[in-house]
Amino acid sequence: MEVPILKQGAVLIATFQAALSDADLNQLRSALVQQVVRFRSRGVIVDVTAMDVMDSFASRTLREIAHMIRLRGAETVIVGIQPEVAFAMVQLGLTLEGVATALDLEEGLAYLNQKFKTMK
Amino acid sequence: MSRMEIRVTISSDQDIVLARQKGRSLALELGFSSGDATLIATAISELARNIVSYARNGLIILKDIQGSNRVGIAVTATDEGPGIPDVGQALRDGFSTSGSLGLGLPGVRRLMDEFEIVSRPGQGTNVGVKKWRP
Repeated sequence: MEVPILKQGAVLIATFQAALSDADLNQLRSALVQQVVRFRSRGVIVDVTAMDVMDSFASRTLREIAHMIRLRGAETVIVGIQPEVAFAMVQLGLTLEGVATALDLEEGLAYLNQKFKTMK
Repeated sequence: MSRMEIRVTISSDQDIVLARQKGRSLALELGFSSGDATLIATAISELARNIVSYARNGLIILKDIQGSNRVGIAVTATDEGPGIPDVGQALRDGFSTSGSLGLGLPGVRRLMDEFEIVSRPGQGTNVGVKKWRP
């Protein structure tokens, strides 16, 4: 199952589906990094609203995505972590340290726009 | 007595997704809240991942359990992989041999109510966990 990536101005938006395998997550990581380079994007939003489980592999992949994209000079924000998923992540001991998160797509865009202003 | 038993053969990352989906459905069928079903599905995902990462092949068995006046779900993860040389160490937070699952087993233990593990080096690992419906 491939994750669709939308380009909106300087921002890329990747929307996760519910049932992503490890291979899908790895594919998304490469696709996102490639597209950030190709479009000279300044920000990436990863929307995980539909994700029903965030296990150790998924959260490690999200951290890697954010760190790789930061090395390209762009910013990543993870949006839409469901309350139940957040609870399970905390119980499991998973953190997204060093990765920006926001409530939803709108807040994520607002966060990036704010960042872009201070970067100028 | 268990009425429902679901067996999921684990041999690839796709099977991890299948096992946790089946676990979530069974949990909801047994009357667990959606939040508890998420905890159960997350635990299954980690157990299935251990199988794929360390043993390559194994089996996840999901079933309902009946206590004297309560209902729950039992998940068993079995493999015939290399086993865990030091189970005590594997149950401490931050321990990992493959670099990916330092939080696996202690995390699973926190997600569920009961946790049992038997591992024999060279013969395999069997992890059994239970969660009771509040």
